[in-house]
Amino acid sequence: MNIIVCIKQVPNTTDVKIDPVTNTLIRDGVESVINPFDCYAIEEGVRLKERFGGKVTVVTMGPPQAENALKEAVSLGCDEAILVSDRKFAGSDTWATSYTLSSAIKKIGLFDVILCGKQASDGDTAQVGPGISTHLDIPQVTYVKKIEDISGNKAKVERMTEEGYDVVEAPLPCLFTVVKEINTPRIPSLKGMMKAKSAKIVKWTAEDIKAEPKSLGLDGSPTRVVKIFTPTPRKGGEMLKGDTSDVAKELVELLKDIVI
Amino acid sequence: MDYLLNEQQIMIRDLARKIAREKIKPIAAKYDETEEFAWEIVKVLSDSDLFGIYIPEAYGGFGGGVMDMCLVAEELSKACGGIALGFAATALGTFPILLYGSEEQKKKYLPDIAKGKKLASFCITEAEAGSDAGSIKTTAKKDGDHYILNGTKQWITNAGEAEIYTVIAMTDKTKGARGASAFIVEKGMKGIDFGKKEKKLGIRASATREVIFTDCRIPKANLISKEGMGFIVAMKTFDNSRPGVAAQALGIAQGAIDHAVEYARKRVQFGQPISSFQAIQHMLADMATQTEAARALVYATARMVDSGAKSVAKESAMAKMFASDVAMKVTVDAIQIFGGYGYMRDYPIEKYMRDAKITQIYEGTNQVQRNVIALNLIKESIKGE
Repeated sequence: MNIIVCIKQVPNTTDVKIDPVTNTLIRDGVESVINPFDCYAIEEGVRLKERFGGKVTVVTMGPPQAENALKEAVSLGCDEAILVSDRKFAGSDTWATSYTLSSAIKKIGLFDVILCGKQASDGDTAQVGPGISTHLDIPQVTYVKKIEDISGNKAKVERMTEEGYDVVEAPLPCLFTVVKEINTPRIPSLKGMMKAKSAKIVKWTAEDIKAEPKSLGLDGSPTRVVKIFTPTPRKGGEMLKGDTSDVAKELVELLKDIVI
Repeated sequence: MDYLLNEQQIMIRDLARKIAREKIKPIAAKYDETEEFAWEIVKVLSDSDLFGIYIPEAYGGFGGGVMDMCLVAEELSKACGGIALGFAATALGTFPILLYGSEEQKKKYLPDIAKGKKLASFCITEAEAGSDAGSIKTTAKKDGDHYILNGTKQWITNAGEAEIYTVIAMTDKTKGARGASAFIVEKGMKGIDFGKKEKKLGIRASATREVIFTDCRIPKANLISKEGMGFIVAMKTFDNSRPGVAAQALGIAQGAIDHAVEYARKRVQFGQPISSFQAIQHMLADMATQTEAARALVYATARMVDSGAKSVAKESAMAKMFASDVAMKVTVDAIQIFGGYGYMRDYPIEKYMRDAKITQIYEGTNQVQRNVIALNLIKESIKGE
C-alpha cells in the first residue's frame, strides 16, 4: 500500500503573534515543530504500513527549514520525504497550498491513502486536506478516529461527529484527515533518528511539480485577509434565582426584551 | 554549560528527555502511589532503543559507554528517579557480563538486554552483608557440570521483574572475599524465588525484593570469569555503575530545581512572585551551582571510565558521593522553597527528596565511598604518584 502523509511545520506556541501590517503570522524567533495533528497522521501512516505493508511518503510545502519536520517524520518511520519549496509559494492560502500539494502528489503518482491532520494549530482552517482531495478528484473522509479495515480496494473508517461517530466506507484512493483520538504517536527510536540524520530529502520546486504559475503563492490565493482581530470575550451569563415559576416569568420577559 | 557531547549523545539525551517529559512525568505520581513497576515505560524505552546504548554493536547495541548511560539515567530521573532505576539497575546487572563475561555469555544475554526484551538485576547485598560485602553467606557448590546455589539476597532492585540475574555467591568460604564468584541465573530456573515486595521511603516505582536460592542448579557455563573472581567482578562493576547512580542523583536534583524555579515564579506573596526575593534567589543559585558542579564531576568520571582508564574507583566514588549529597541538599531546599505546599503529597516536590535519599545509600553508602577515596589517596601517596 502506498501511503502519503501531508504535514506542516508550525510555530511551537499557542501564543501566535500576528504582523499588524501584513496580517500574517510572525514566525521569526519561534521554534518550529510538526503540527500536532499531523503527528497523528504520521503515526497512522506508519501503523497502516505495519498492518498492510507498503511505504509511507511524507510531503510538506514550506521553506527550506521545513526539512527538519520531514526528518523527524522519517525518524518516526516514514520511508521517503519530499519538500516542496519555492519562493513562488510564498503567501499561499489554503486553496493555493492544497493545489500545490496536490500537484506534488500527482508527481509522486501511485498512492492508495493520503493522510492529513484535521487542521493546523496555527491557521486552524481544516481546509487543506479536503482541498487536496478536491484538486485530485478523489473521495475524502474528515475527522477520522479509526481506520477499521482496508481491503478489496475499500477502506472502512470511523468518522467522529459531535454526538458519536459515523462508520464510512470509501473507495481507494481516498484522503483522510485524522483527529487525535485515532492513536498515540510513538516516540522515535534511536535507529530511526540515525536514519533520519542521513535521510535524503527530495526537493521539488514549482517547475518540478508542473504547477500553473498563476495558481501559486499570493497571486494564486483568492483569500484576502482584511483584518485579524481578537474577538472581545463574551460576558458571563446572568443567573436568575428564586422560585421556579417566578424565574420562568422573569426569563420570558427577558427573552421578549431581546426579541428572540 | 556545554559539555561538548557528540552528535549521538545529543540525540540520546534529547530522546531520553522527550520520554521523560511526555511519558514519565504524567505518570510519576501514580506509580509512586501504587508502587507498581512501570512496564509501560520499559516498553517505551525498549522501542526507542535506549536499553542498548552502552552495549557494543556486536551484541545488538549502539556501542556507547557509561557516559551515554549516564545521560539517559539523568534525563529519566528528572521525571522519576524510581522509574529511571529500572533502566539503571539493568545496566548494573549487565556490567558483570559486559566486563567479565565470556564470548558465549555475551552472545547469549546481551542482545536481549540491548533490545529491552529482558531486564537485568545485580544481586550482592544480603541481610548481614551490606557495606561488608565480604561476609556474604549465599553459597555456590560445584556439582559436576553444575553449581548449586543456596542463600537469600536482600533489597534486590528489579527483582521479580528482571529475567537475568548476576549473582555473587561464595564458592569457597574459607578464602573470605577471594572465595566469592559471580554467576548468571535466569528467572524461571528451578530454585530461584522472590520474596515480598519491600515498602520503601522513595523510588517506590522500583521493584525491591529478596531473591531466594534454594538448591538452584545452574550450568557451569553460567560462572562469570573464574571461581574466586566474584569480589573483583563486583568491585569493577561498581566502578562502572556508580557514575550511573550519580547521574540518577543529578537528574533528581535537576528535576527538583526545575520545579522550584517554576513554582517560585508563580507563587505570589506580599504582592510579588517569591522569585523576586533575594532569599529565594540565593537558594536557587546555590542549588543550581552545586548541581552543575556535580554534573561536571559525573560527566568527567563517566568519560574517564569510557576512555579505558585502569583505575576509576576513586573518581567513581567521588562522583557518586558528591552528586548524591548534592541531590539530598537540593531536594530539601526545593521543598523549602515550596513552603507548606512542598510538604504536601499533592505537590510533586516531596517525592524528589524521598527519591534522593537512596542515592546516598545504595551501591555503597557515601561513607564507604569516602573510605574508597581515602584508601586510594593513601595508596597513591605510598606509590609516590
